[in-house]
Amino acid sequence: MTPDPTSPQMTPRRLPKPSLQPSVFWRLAEDIPAPLYRRLMLVSVLVPLVAWWLLTTFGQVDAKFLPSPGQVATAALRLGQSGELWQDTWASLQRVGIGFGLSVLVAVPVGVLMGCFQSLRALGEPLFGLMRYMPAPAFIPLLILYLGIDEAPKIALIFIGTFFYNALMVMDTVKFVPKELIEATYMLGGNRINTVLKVVCPHILPGILDTCRINLAGAWQLVIVAELVAATEGLGRRISLAGRFLRTDEIFVGLIVIGLIGLGLDLFFQYLVRVTCRWAQPE
Amino acid sequence: MFLQVRELTKVFSTRHGPLLVLENINLSVAQGEFVCAVGASGSGKSTLLRQIAGLDQPTRGGVWIDGQRVTGPGADRGMVFQHYTLYPWMTVQQNVEFGLKLQGVPKRERRERARYYLQMVGLSHFTQALPRQLSGGMKQRVAIARALATEPRLLLLDEPFGALDLHTREMMHEFMLDLWQRMGLTVFMITHDVEEAVFLSTRIFALSARPGRIVREITVNLPDRSQGVMATKRHPRFHDYRDELVMLLRQTGQAAQRRAMAMAA
Repeated sequence: MTPDPTSPQMTPRRLPKPSLQPSVFWRLAEDIPAPLYRRLMLVSVLVPLVAWWLLTTFGQVDAKFLPSPGQVATAALRLGQSGELWQDTWASLQRVGIGFGLSVLVAVPVGVLMGCFQSLRALGEPLFGLMRYMPAPAFIPLLILYLGIDEAPKIALIFIGTFFYNALMVMDTVKFVPKELIEATYMLGGNRINTVLKVVCPHILPGILDTCRINLAGAWQLVIVAELVAATEGLGRRISLAGRFLRTDEIFVGLIVIGLIGLGLDLFFQYLVRVTCRWAQPE
Repeated sequence: MFLQVRELTKVFSTRHGPLLVLENINLSVAQGEFVCAVGASGSGKSTLLRQIAGLDQPTRGGVWIDGQRVTGPGADRGMVFQHYTLYPWMTVQQNVEFGLKLQGVPKRERRERARYYLQMVGLSHFTQALPRQLSGGMKQRVAIARALATEPRLLLLDEPFGALDLHTREMMHEFMLDLWQRMGLTVFMITHDVEEAVFLSTRIFALSARPGRIVREITVNLPDRSQGVMATKRHPRFHDYRDELVMLLRQTGQAAQRRAMAMAA
């Protein structure tokens, strides 16, 4: 029996348009080919640079508003050769290092304890939550009043501005320690101190390093703010000084150096997580 | 008796008021036995195991081991959990050594004992691997080695093969049976897998659902089980035990459902 071509079953039905079109660029939450990834990254750096160069070369923009890449490079060379750039960079780095270092040193144990013990969390969280929302720069007048205008208020500003974030974010990482991992430790004869030091701490180490990486950006902003107010050297000081004398090229040098150092520190912490916590890396 | 659970009742307080999870549980386990508690979900079997482990305290009644009341967790009871609980940053060897390290066992002895137990579970070649490099069955074997390394008097198994695929699970059943016989372990295991319980146990307690009560105790009498899962599963008595338990759990499950519906209405 030959099938009747007019029967509804046999009429060739047109497939509906597939709801999901194939795509490489628009892969959702999936990897794209590595060469494409690298090319796109290159584009993201080159396009603004080229745009900047085109604008300053053909756009007839006053160099007082927007210096050309060449002028900025010259200014960087000049500041580098005179040693001022290194002096400023070192001064800012030092403040961030001491202020943020102290902040991490205190915040990690506090955060771990608050994450582990709900009683300590109840004691700390309300105050920390409130303090976190007070903008650290608003403390500058107080800090100058209490600590003078030397290094102390700048370091204290960085400490205040990052401590509460550090502590609360470290506290949050403890949430991701599986309860069963803690119970397994109890069943192996572990007491609370053992469990916190030998199980919770190693488990959250990647989280702690990641917290540092993220909040370091905040520390870096605060040091510039502190130097804008009162300092004799530092990248923030350099920028405010350059602004006063309309040396826009030097402002750009300061901004770019700040950005590059920030990026470098970020990459350094990513590297640190990779080498110290290989177990937590995706295969 | 070695392990005794006497008149154990557990009530959880919930938002909707008190919830009776376990009601008047009485059971005992002699040294060298392999005892299983089977029940559907909601039978409170995990809760029962947690009371024996000391991870949770009963509302009434209690748990005694060798005449001593259990008041908290400890290394005299080794426990293997359903989900993988290996320390992901430690190698297999370090994982197995960890309990001994907590007890302050010197390094050399630690290493030797860990090697011995890893050999017992057939993982001598994986001492330096990280847990994530192992398959599910291998991870559970490491967990068993870790639980045994502190030489506990009682091994507690919380559905340890539940997350494994069927083939691996049957292999693990044969492995567990062999390990139990070779080492003379005393094992208390909970599971919802009736066949697993019949294959492994010398005695089975069946728990009803909501609240969990012991509704039957079965002494399993099967011929030499070392012939393997396939041979044992073909034995007619294996089917009798299994059918009896399946029917029982189905009945108690339906009864619990009817009660829940009556409550809701």
